[in-house]
Amino acid sequence: MGSATSPDRYLPDTVRRSVKILVLGGFGVGKTTLIGSVSEIEPLSTEEVMTVAGAGVDDLTGVGRKTRTTVALDFGRITLRGRIVLYLYGAPGQQRFWELWEGLAEGALGILVLVDTRRLEDAFDVLDQVERLPRLPFAVAVNHFPDSRAYPAEELREALDLPPHVPIVDCVAPDRATSLAALTALTDHAMRVLSAREVVP
Amino acid sequence: MIEGEYRDQPLRPYVLTSGRARPSRNWIGVDTLLIAAPGAGPLPVTASRQEIALLRMCRGLLSVAEAAAHLGLPVSVVKVLASDLMDSGHLQTRSRTRAEPDAALLEEVLSGLRDLA
Repeated sequence: MGSATSPDRYLPDTVRRSVKILVLGGFGVGKTTLIGSVSEIEPLSTEEVMTVAGAGVDDLTGVGRKTRTTVALDFGRITLRGRIVLYLYGAPGQQRFWELWEGLAEGALGILVLVDTRRLEDAFDVLDQVERLPRLPFAVAVNHFPDSRAYPAEELREALDLPPHVPIVDCVAPDRATSLAALTALTDHAMRVLSAREVVP
Repeated sequence: MIEGEYRDQPLRPYVLTSGRARPSRNWIGVDTLLIAAPGAGPLPVTASRQEIALLRMCRGLLSVAEAAAHLGLPVSVVKVLASDLMDSGHLQTRSRTRAEPDAALLEEVLSGLRDLA
């Protein structure tokens, strides 16, 4: 948390528009690291109260068993050309957090799914959820850890069952340049999706 | 100091927002940009500590999520408080839309990201 007098917590007065990208992935995949590598502020954390489905069977009233729980939401930001602020929200992508990031996804530019090749099963869970929002463009960023094996992109595409148009990019989450490249690839993809949609409504 | 003051309070969100779970302005999202309205009068004496803290936090431009993080309040609570402060004319927003980004916006984001590379 920054100090109360820190002036750089505020956006330049010229900013007129905000836009956001969701960074989703399993625990420990490097979401906050990636956000921190490109953010102009120290990543912030806020808590959101949400309702999650309980583990038990629905009760007889039909209301179902639900529990209130608190989920941490980490985020950072980049001011672009003094006019737009891009917010990057990191959220756990698993099914039980669907309610949290489904709301976050509204109006988003797209989703960057961060993948650790040592734990591909986490990625399946996240991608299953992402595909429930068909209008939202997404790209896959493979976060390379020192001990992870490099797979050819096409091998990963097959393993993750990704359609040919979904970009797969490599990144090293602590490295600003590769993280920026991943965000650029997603934005570029979002533009293509949008223009394709305008041609064939 | 305002920050962190509410972290230790076990108050439930609906107490802070007089029992409301949803803001009166339903377009307010995590990335809605807030700033104090210039020339607005002082808050009424009935204003809550959280409203006073939020208004003070918004002396510069920042998002709902940023204000929530700095104040140690849940985003859902800040949405309701911000909505009330807009109703009373104390807060303004810079980004009223929750619409999907259009081609012009995406193009500007793309150019902006490439500038940084």
